[in-house]
Amino acid sequence: MTALLEARNVTKVFGSGGLFKRKETIALDNVSLLIRESPPSITGVVGESGSGKTTLVRLLLGFLALTEGEVLYKGRDLQKMSRDERLEFRREVQVIFQDPFEVYNPFYKVDHVLTTPVTKFHLASSKSEARKLIEHALEAIGLQPEETLGRYPHQLSGGQRQRVMVARASLLRPRIILADEPVSMVDASLRATILESLRKLSQKFGISLLYITHDLTTAYQISDNIIVLYQGSVVEAGDAELVIKNPQHPYTRLLVASIPVSDPDQSWGQDSTPVLVSKTSTKLNRGCKFVDRCPSAMPVCRENPPPFFQTDGYRAVRCYLYKEASAIADETMGKALDQKG
Amino acid sequence: MKAEVLQVHNLRVYYQTAVGPLKAVDGVTFSLKSGERFGLVGESGSGKSTLAFALMRLTKPPGCIEGGQVLLDGLDLIKLSEGEIRKVRLAQIALVPQGAMNSLNPVMRIKAQIIDGIGDHLNEIPRSALEERVYELLKRVELKPEVANMFPHELSGGMKQRVCLAIAISLSPRVIIADEPTSALDVVVQRQVMLTLGQVQESLGASVLLVGHDMGLMAQFVDRIGVLYAGKLAEMSSVREVFKEPLHPYTQLLIACPPSLEEKGEFKGIPGLPPLLLNPPSGCVFHPRCPQAMSRCSVEVPSLKEVYPGRWVSCHLHTEVKR
Repeated sequence: MTALLEARNVTKVFGSGGLFKRKETIALDNVSLLIRESPPSITGVVGESGSGKTTLVRLLLGFLALTEGEVLYKGRDLQKMSRDERLEFRREVQVIFQDPFEVYNPFYKVDHVLTTPVTKFHLASSKSEARKLIEHALEAIGLQPEETLGRYPHQLSGGQRQRVMVARASLLRPRIILADEPVSMVDASLRATILESLRKLSQKFGISLLYITHDLTTAYQISDNIIVLYQGSVVEAGDAELVIKNPQHPYTRLLVASIPVSDPDQSWGQDSTPVLVSKTSTKLNRGCKFVDRCPSAMPVCRENPPPFFQTDGYRAVRCYLYKEASAIADETMGKALDQKG
Repeated sequence: MKAEVLQVHNLRVYYQTAVGPLKAVDGVTFSLKSGERFGLVGESGSGKSTLAFALMRLTKPPGCIEGGQVLLDGLDLIKLSEGEIRKVRLAQIALVPQGAMNSLNPVMRIKAQIIDGIGDHLNEIPRSALEERVYELLKRVELKPEVANMFPHELSGGMKQRVCLAIAISLSPRVIIADEPTSALDVVVQRQVMLTLGQVQESLGASVLLVGHDMGLMAQFVDRIGVLYAGKLAEMSSVREVFKEPLHPYTQLLIACPPSLEEKGEFKGIPGLPPLLLNPPSGCVFHPRCPQAMSRCSVEVPSLKEVYPGRWVSCHLHTEVKR
């Protein structure tokens, strides 16, 4: 059970240093996570806007330099990889971005995004072989090659464009796909189709998935594990069934209660005082970050940041309400999720 | 029976293109009672935003209101001159736009943006009274008075949407049109903003037309719902009845498709793609995607009929009027 992709105590602070003394924004604060090599798993990362979801993806991809901590791929530090290792990393770790409109160059046909990886990574020895590979990838996610290839991005719908991105990611036979809000820009009816194709991809080719979203319902539907981020910290992590059906952290409870249910007779959450400031914290909070919004805040919550408490076999919660459970260190939190395998 | 504030009759909005008109809104008829919350759902491209803009007479070329009536307290908004409609907008019918982040002027303080609209309609109000009004409006949408002197970039998404709401209610309109007001917000903030919208609407006694595609949000917020498909109403009835027993096959799929927390299962999408409005399918526009399509569906266009009291559906499966 070796780790495929692992983040250890990752912290990212934006806006430090520079000519002018700017405000520091802590986008991610001591986050650890672990995605094991096999069996393939789907991990959902949930959080509101500004909770650090996208920063996490960019750090895991090596697009941003870490302030503290390390990101390891197959046990090797991302920052210290050799050229060959980096190439392997780039092939085996694929990403799907949020916006299916911005990722295309409007002057190229959609074929361009599919042929480029094939040539760059020498996946095919001839043109016809490349074409076959691409057609195969498109069919696997339910697109008709003849209706898709040879077109310009503007001739495809948002859902089709996003599915082409899924096909592109799968083309390289990656070990892991990081999907950053892949369905937030498409319609509800297409959302289902895209998520289903991601799930099939994961099952069929054994690809692990990190699914970043603000939508708890889709995260619950697709994920094995769920990690809840709040202002750059993991507040609850564990088995999807446990986290959603029986949320323990007050923030997760608030999230679950806020989902509008498709049933007019079911009431929409309990009343909570609206808190109108939800901006990222500018300084390191001494206590728990959620304390000002928490209905069950205690004095201890303001003094020391809560550690993780392992409340179930497959779940850890960063909240003093569960101080009877055994506390675990941050860096082992990633592993706590992993015991199921 | 409450009075009908807004009556829309056979409204048609077309976009002129080089190859002919694109019928974005094609003969839509509905009405809004006083104090009612009406939801308009549909996937992207179904014409829901076009319809919302047409009600405000904000349709821009190549879009064009081809025909129909929009009666606000009996006054036909379509027939008004540009000067007359300006007086009606905001004062009687107001819009809460979709992307709050892009709707506010980044270089104007919140106070000035709220006053901007009020001042345009009521020019005899002294400055001090206007400021008083701004603070009162901010209080109504649950924002702190300090917000008045801030710039949009200092506010979070939910706060910006509340500012837009404050502007929309600044002249106590009869009808508030909310075009996907929370689509850019996360669930916690969404719920808070919708609760505020509901409170404000009730205290004003205004009607709300909520445009969106989130069936869960509709179930929680509106009284009555209209399902728009390819510019036409497929179904319209009270929200309870729609969720209990959707009549139109499209509505049935729409309700089945959002994933729930109840059980894990396969994702259900609606098969096929939305129709091309330039060249819509013959007969019922939904028939190529309809799991229950019959031979007559591809030939005959169904009309919107009241099959049960207060329940309207446009489908050949429901032809008999049951009373």
